[in-house]
Amino acid sequence: MGLELMEKLTILADAAKYDVACTSSGVNRRHRAGKVGSAVSYGCCHTFTADGRCVSLLKVLLSNACAYDCAYCVNRRSNDVPRASFTPRELCELTMNFYRRNYIEGLFLSSAVLGSPDRTMELMIQTLRLLREEYRFNGYIHAKAIPGADPALVHAMGLLADRMSVNIELPSERSLNLLCPEKGRRPILGNMAQIRDGIAENRRDLALYRHTPRFAPAGQSTQMIVGATPESDLHILRLTQGLYRRYGLKRVFFSAYLPVVSGPNLPVPQTFQPPLLREHRLYQADWLLRFYHFDAEELLDEASPNFDPLLDPKCCWALSHPEFFPVEVDRADLETLLRVPGVGPTSARRILMARRYGALDFSQLKKLGVVLKRAQYFLLCGGKRPPGLKVKWESLGPRLAALEAGERRVPMDQLSLFAGEGA
Amino acid sequence: MDGFCYRYDGTFAGFLCCARDIYQYKEPANLFLPQDDPRPSLYGERWVETDEDLARRVYRRLTRRLGQGGMDLVTQGFLTCLDHRERRLLAVIDLGLRTGPGVERRLGDEQVLQVSKAVRNLQREADHLFGFVRFADCGGVLVGSVAPKNQVLPLLRVHFCDRLANERFALYDRTHCQLLLHQPGPENGGKGRWVILEARDFTVPPPGAEERAYQDLWRRFYDTLAIPDRYNPRCRQSHMPKRFWGDMTEFQHPASGGEGSAGRGPTGPGGLARREPPSP
Repeated sequence: MGLELMEKLTILADAAKYDVACTSSGVNRRHRAGKVGSAVSYGCCHTFTADGRCVSLLKVLLSNACAYDCAYCVNRRSNDVPRASFTPRELCELTMNFYRRNYIEGLFLSSAVLGSPDRTMELMIQTLRLLREEYRFNGYIHAKAIPGADPALVHAMGLLADRMSVNIELPSERSLNLLCPEKGRRPILGNMAQIRDGIAENRRDLALYRHTPRFAPAGQSTQMIVGATPESDLHILRLTQGLYRRYGLKRVFFSAYLPVVSGPNLPVPQTFQPPLLREHRLYQADWLLRFYHFDAEELLDEASPNFDPLLDPKCCWALSHPEFFPVEVDRADLETLLRVPGVGPTSARRILMARRYGALDFSQLKKLGVVLKRAQYFLLCGGKRPPGLKVKWESLGPRLAALEAGERRVPMDQLSLFAGEGA
Repeated sequence: MDGFCYRYDGTFAGFLCCARDIYQYKEPANLFLPQDDPRPSLYGERWVETDEDLARRVYRRLTRRLGQGGMDLVTQGFLTCLDHRERRLLAVIDLGLRTGPGVERRLGDEQVLQVSKAVRNLQREADHLFGFVRFADCGGVLVGSVAPKNQVLPLLRVHFCDRLANERFALYDRTHCQLLLHQPGPENGGKGRWVILEARDFTVPPPGAEERAYQDLWRRFYDTLAIPDRYNPRCRQSHMPKRFWGDMTEFQHPASGGEGSAGRGPTGPGGLARREPPSP
């Protein structure tokens, strides 16, 4: 090994770190005789980086010598960075040795485009095959399909990996054409559709033949860059919803644009702040789509196509629907409870379970673990508001915004006795 | 004073024997102490010898009365670091004997609520450690060491004996001085044999050359992965409490200057060139 491997790991991990997804969830696999490792469906975080992101997989590129010239990417052809490539065996050794020391849950393999998409895919498949067949690796593998690769190669990769992903990169076709002219919208969506159909077909086959090899059992995901191009939040959220519904994705990841390179079509790096709050809001909305039965159009509309920086999307929705509240804890159904700010799927289910044994009051809600910080303004227990709480609907907005600011530790303006005068 | 101080060997089997004595002789417990604890108590003392066979019978009988869910709460409750856990568990058992199966769902009862909370805490700690345990290869044996608050070793055992079924490994719990040993073999459906022992003063041997090389690679990987523009130590710390850091390879920087000679920028402990987050 020696220094050379250390250099390669540094270059190729550094090149892969802007990929967002590092989840190891979605597949359960116990130990099997003669194989190494297992996978657990709830995923497992092995450490967290200094920016608070979970590390569960060895996330590296096979190579960063890219043939493409995508404007935003560190690895673009015209960027002057050191280039390196792993040999399949080096990468397998590294994965196995990290795995048995419990550093990682598996491998996240991506690559720059080496020559052509097909050639890159062939090299990646060769690596994964070595890992699965010679090293008998039974842990988690997340593999990135290269857009525009041959369907046969995508299929071969899906049989080796647990999760597949194809990056949609940017929220609209126009932006894609502007910033990465070599990648087209059509091949990206084509690959996604192929993986979706492969998973569906595999599910049918599994029902008939128990030993059918599994195709991408942990599903597929994608990611896009937010803030490099002028799309609105509404546009991004609609796209996300479409991806979940039409392509059956497990996750859509957002990545706040960071000016790592400069280019004529990109925001000017000197004055640019990465839109981290916007990314946070998009994830909040993404959760509302997936677990709270919201529609993109309910959260945003053409009149206000972007999220409120002061308030989370669920509170915003609640404040603009006064007719929906207050909600009666003893009678509301699951869907209704999920719409209450501060009540999540766990709390809602606990309420449903507990109220079968008797009427609930606010102190009992607290005991159940329902956090009332926000919910108290929107709930009724036995027709009553929480004791001692007197807040007008109109003053709720600033109050909730102050709560959120306190959680994010945003410095607040000092309270003024003569509010509104300075404005 | 009508309560007694029960002295037992601190095992779960011992606790079940105490429970049986308490019901058999109708002598309620005020206090539980280990047999080797030199502290005297103000209560009358009862010395309970552990009888594995008796414990097994008590366990079976209690499972019938409390249901599997209730018994799981008691078993896992025993592994937690809840104070006065034995007395609280007896209260749960008592309630279960009066009300039957499903006692684990009676969260209205103060003791059941406290024990369930403690069990949730135990499981969360185990979930953390599934990821945060670090093994070092010492001559073909993987060795790791942790200092958990709860007795998580039985929970970690299930996970690691499955995952590392074909490895010889040792995992030491410094808080409770217990050592889990595993050896591959055809037993337990191909998962090999394991045992949890009492052990004092167990230390992880210093790493050899190959082990050091992999530790360096891992540290480098960890340090490389952070994005300076997104530096957010509070987020990291809430996901990964600092008490785990001491045992994790990525935070153990060797004191010598020989670490990673590839001339990268200065990195502080914890993996990122210290710089202030961009001000809004």
